[in-house]
Amino acid sequence: MAGIQATSAGMGKDRRTALRQRREMEARPWRGPVRRYDILKEGTIAVAVVAVLVVLFAVLFSSPDVRPVTLQAWASAQPKGFTEIALSELNGTSDSATYGPPYNSGNGEVQDLWGISIQKALGITDPINSAEDFVLQPLSTVSGQPQLTAALGRYNDASATQRSAWLAAYGKALAKAQVVSGRLTVPRAADGPVPVMLSTFLGMARSGGLDAALVQHSPFYVTNYTNPLLFIGDSWKAQHGKSYWGQIVEAQHMSGSQWGVMNETGSWPGQPWLWLYTMWYQVNPMANSGNGDVEVVAIMSFLTILLALVPFIPGLRDIPRKIPVHRLIWKDYYRSNRPGGSPGADVTT
Amino acid sequence: MLASVINLNSSAYYFHWGVVYISLANFLAIVVMLVIFVAALVLPFVHTRNKLKAQAGAQPVAKAYEPQTPPPAGDPTLWTARLRQVWLRRLPPEKMLPDSQPAYVASWIYVFGVLTLAGFVLTVVTGLVLALEGPAWWHTSSVGHFFNSMHLWSVECFMGFMAIHLWGKFWMAAWRGRRALTWISGVLAFVISVFEAFTGYLSQTNFDSQWIAFEAKDAMNASGIGAFFNTLDFGQAFMLHIALVPVFLVGIIALHIVMVRLRGVVPPIDANPEHLGEEPSVVAEATNPLRAAHELATQELAASGKEL
Repeated sequence: MAGIQATSAGMGKDRRTALRQRREMEARPWRGPVRRYDILKEGTIAVAVVAVLVVLFAVLFSSPDVRPVTLQAWASAQPKGFTEIALSELNGTSDSATYGPPYNSGNGEVQDLWGISIQKALGITDPINSAEDFVLQPLSTVSGQPQLTAALGRYNDASATQRSAWLAAYGKALAKAQVVSGRLTVPRAADGPVPVMLSTFLGMARSGGLDAALVQHSPFYVTNYTNPLLFIGDSWKAQHGKSYWGQIVEAQHMSGSQWGVMNETGSWPGQPWLWLYTMWYQVNPMANSGNGDVEVVAIMSFLTILLALVPFIPGLRDIPRKIPVHRLIWKDYYRSNRPGGSPGADVTT
Repeated sequence: MLASVINLNSSAYYFHWGVVYISLANFLAIVVMLVIFVAALVLPFVHTRNKLKAQAGAQPVAKAYEPQTPPPAGDPTLWTARLRQVWLRRLPPEKMLPDSQPAYVASWIYVFGVLTLAGFVLTVVTGLVLALEGPAWWHTSSVGHFFNSMHLWSVECFMGFMAIHLWGKFWMAAWRGRRALTWISGVLAFVISVFEAFTGYLSQTNFDSQWIAFEAKDAMNASGIGAFFNTLDFGQAFMLHIALVPVFLVGIIALHIVMVRLRGVVPPIDANPEHLGEEPSVVAEATNPLRAAHELATQELAASGKEL
């Protein structure tokens, strides 16, 4: 028995030595048959072939270009829904208002992995006060409306308790509001200056003025669309498929539950290479987890590192040897080198 | 004149099986890639077949990549001369721009590396034209839209060819023989390309940009990346797309190509030991495990018939 074990150990050692020897040899310059090869010609032909394909596809299929959603279009199509979101920004219940880092100190969208939250650790890097930034500041840019100026003054001077009472009263009235011929009619309530503020805000949005006001981070040039996108996005978070944006998103099959990140508008292919990333969002526990995003990012990071480190992972690196797809790739080489075969075929001298 | 022949603006068809929800276009893209991959494996490599017919019976030659003469020595006290000496010794022109390659490089799967590069070149060229006119040009100009279309299809070709290239290299176990850095740089190139494509979607200045930026921000924020990269900031996404990420991508692709030239194309699994530089007398030993492995491989191939 001991002899058999010793023999097995010896064979294992021989095998390991042979594998190490092979690894060394596979690093050496090739000493076998070679053939002519023009690397520049190959590259030129490849560029020409792909260029033809690209031009052909561009002519045949073009590319998608769905116009961006504007606050003006949203406010015109859904004045009540728009006003509900504006109210949620003021009373601090919107997704943006409660988000957490990197926007504010909320906790609504803070995620962690095993109790560790990188999101929280890195803190607020893009501070946002949704009431001030999305509603009050744009309203303050409106001039020539004494009624609005008085309403804003009254609102700003009021205590937090008084503001909350006004906003709560307006919220109850808004639930009973009617839209007649595109005009939003909100029943009277003990809501102080809020009706003037939000009706002006709605008018500002419908005129297109809010689209410009929300992106004015600098006196003239604009490149940062964080505020308008978060504001529009709050409608998706609160009203989902019923929101103006949500209707377009779901019609284009781009919501998260529709594997949206890999899809494209119309019938174009999107980013099919994201299939694995998107898939994790569809399966439990990620599908119903409050930490779904960080869990999926962690899984994909782990799998990416695993892929990069395949050369060093026993078992994984042995798969190509065990499932011999390589026999197809190098069939000519193996055929010409089999015992009794013609070893010298396909060579140049 | 530049309008598409086939209108893809219509409502898309989607397959829905359980949790799987995929558009016909994405499904077809994946199926086409798989078909091309299988075809590349099984179809005979025409060039090789012709050569086999033409030169059957010829004897193998050992044509090494390394230069036969050492590079000229320079003044060893000069950094430049020392760098040139090391560079020429490790990567001589014969290796960087070879006019021959191992005969086993005879499968259609090998063309996907250069096709990936070609896709990248066209992506860069069409992207440069778009950059020249600015990010909003293509919305108002038919010529701009055509260049955007070419940019999109260059990206689809680039990513598709790269995925097939990666599959092929996995099944070759292309990391063997101190080629791990070649493999790792290839994986990194793929990952950076995915991020580059993502920033491209953010730079379209249309509905796609709005929605993808909004949807993606949660994953970015949750993982901490949001502290440095705000997907809702078009200016940042655009600069990443046209400047910063391409610099990294070009760098990693250059490293990948240099590593391929430096280490050479990975030899076949269980290649003839003589072809790997083993002395014929050693190979001939009956107990040589490398010879045994090679003979086993070729015998199994012979036993599997001619379907290969």
